[in-house]
Amino acid sequence: MRLTQGQFSFLPELTDAEIKKQIHYALAQGWALSVEFTDDPHPRNSYWDMWGQPMFDIKDSAGVMLEVTACRKAHSAKYIKVLAFDSKKGFETVRMSFIVNRPAEEPGFELVRAEGPGRQVHYTMRSYAGAKPAGQRY
Amino acid sequence: MNKPVDIKITDMKERYKSGVLKYKQMGYWEPDYEPKDSDVLAVFRITPQDGVDPEEAAAAVAGESSTATWTVVWTDRLTDSEYYRAKAYKIEPVPGTPGQWFAYIAYDLDLFEEGSIANLTASIIGNVFGFKPLKALRLEDMRIPPHYLKTFQGPATGIVSERERLNNFGRPLLGATMKPKLGLSGRNYGRVVYEALSGGLDFAKDDENINSQPFMHWRDRFLYCMEGVNKAIAETGEIKGHYLNVTAATMEDMYERAEFAKQLGSVIVMIDLVIGYTAIQSMAKWCRKNDMILHLHRAGHSTYTRQKNHGVSFRVIAKWMRMAGVDHIHAGTVVGKLEGDPNVIRGIYDTCRENHITKNLQHGVFFDQPWASLKKLMPVASGGIHAGQMHQLLTYLGDDVVLQFGGGTIGHPQGIRAGATANRVALESMVKARNEGRDIWGEGPQILANAAKWCTPLRAALDTWKDVTFDYASTDSVDYVPTPTTS
Repeated sequence: MRLTQGQFSFLPELTDAEIKKQIHYALAQGWALSVEFTDDPHPRNSYWDMWGQPMFDIKDSAGVMLEVTACRKAHSAKYIKVLAFDSKKGFETVRMSFIVNRPAEEPGFELVRAEGPGRQVHYTMRSYAGAKPAGQRY
Repeated sequence: MNKPVDIKITDMKERYKSGVLKYKQMGYWEPDYEPKDSDVLAVFRITPQDGVDPEEAAAAVAGESSTATWTVVWTDRLTDSEYYRAKAYKIEPVPGTPGQWFAYIAYDLDLFEEGSIANLTASIIGNVFGFKPLKALRLEDMRIPPHYLKTFQGPATGIVSERERLNNFGRPLLGATMKPKLGLSGRNYGRVVYEALSGGLDFAKDDENINSQPFMHWRDRFLYCMEGVNKAIAETGEIKGHYLNVTAATMEDMYERAEFAKQLGSVIVMIDLVIGYTAIQSMAKWCRKNDMILHLHRAGHSTYTRQKNHGVSFRVIAKWMRMAGVDHIHAGTVVGKLEGDPNVIRGIYDTCRENHITKNLQHGVFFDQPWASLKKLMPVASGGIHAGQMHQLLTYLGDDVVLQFGGGTIGHPQGIRAGATANRVALESMVKARNEGRDIWGEGPQILANAAKWCTPLRAALDTWKDVTFDYASTDSVDYVPTPTTS
């Protein structure tokens, strides 16, 4: 399967030059960039590991790109995403999120059905890779 | 000039003699009145009957939407009637439209029950719309003061929390209404939901008139839809939903259906505007309590929003619905098959999404409207739109919107899944290009054509719908001239 979370997962993988343009756009809006990675891409995993803190003080796309590159080097077999955070009143939330690295093999999720009374089914998503301990998943 | 007979009577003995007075004489026309920050303000478009003085007509609207009746009553003197009377304080001729005026009316806060759209509307659009001395009457806009806004819950979820729950940022959301609207069995219906979501949409949607008919009862629909939703989540790793329409004959039925949707793990339920303001507020409270997003389909609104001379502007309906507490509202597409002048749509979208709206006559916004931190309402663009218009949709409507391609997904020549993929690829390509600083208005068709080189479903969508436009004059446009007119 292909994990299609994020803004651009239906497009061909973004090149470094394209990633830089998106970072440039976020910076121009006054948003702070951050990098997160995980080996547990469950759709309801809200908290991927943070690659350092959000870069509130880095104002050039090259500086942010250095962190993207460093994270990729350290976690090449994991999912990595770039986020843009907006601290303005009325938002105070993530404004951009796109994947910049993914494992070569994406085994995906098993849909577990627990049959209940009245034809009801309770559904659970279980990551195939997640069955292994952290650190051995991809 | 005013004849003496036309002005407010200040001698109380004279004023309360039994009989009939003009509304101006009764005191409903107060051209010197300075509206208070806490007043509810309304601007009506009035078309007086031939021979009726527009100031008298404005005064009559103020009277009939607040304390007045057709004749003098002595019981007014048991109250501080001056205080309770609504005041018509200004009229302006409608630019380019002889015989019509904009009448501005101020209402004291004490005229209304806190947190009740039903009470607010019973006054503002109550008896007054049938008043004989007027040929026609339209409520154009309202200013709701923060004092009153703060008595309303507002959207159950709001745009920010909705996106955080869905883990979906930086692009419009994508949806599709299931077609055909009527007749599919539960099993077949769930198939359409599954294919559309699996192909790349975020939401699938019941149509307004899908409730619990002989061909598909509601429990059957809910069960099969949730199978489709969950299969698609597992295949993509994205959170998805289907707007389960819980509209029903009674509140008890609606609560029962909403509870079942919750038990099945749905993130969203849906209601129709025709259920009424009180039922909408009840569902909004239920949704806040149960972590559910509330989608509102505006079924029925065109019976009173579309003609400029009579009814209620959709701007006002959108404002009421943000107060009432829905999370999604159908708000026009500009380019699709349903009514939508670009300026009018802009005014409606601002009403839904901004924290503070500034008076802008070009957009039909007559007042500054601070929203006092009520959550933001997600507009939904639905009706006759397709992938080939993506650059126009993104330019007109921005990021915080649900773009719903029903026919534009399900009618795809290669199937529903391909239709969904075409829309998603078109959308992501356009957002990416815009962020890169490209002029998507000018280069839009080229951006889509480039993506279609590697995305066959998009190529097929562009070929199928390339010539489809709905280019008709809008019936609800803004009457506005850049230079101010005199009253």
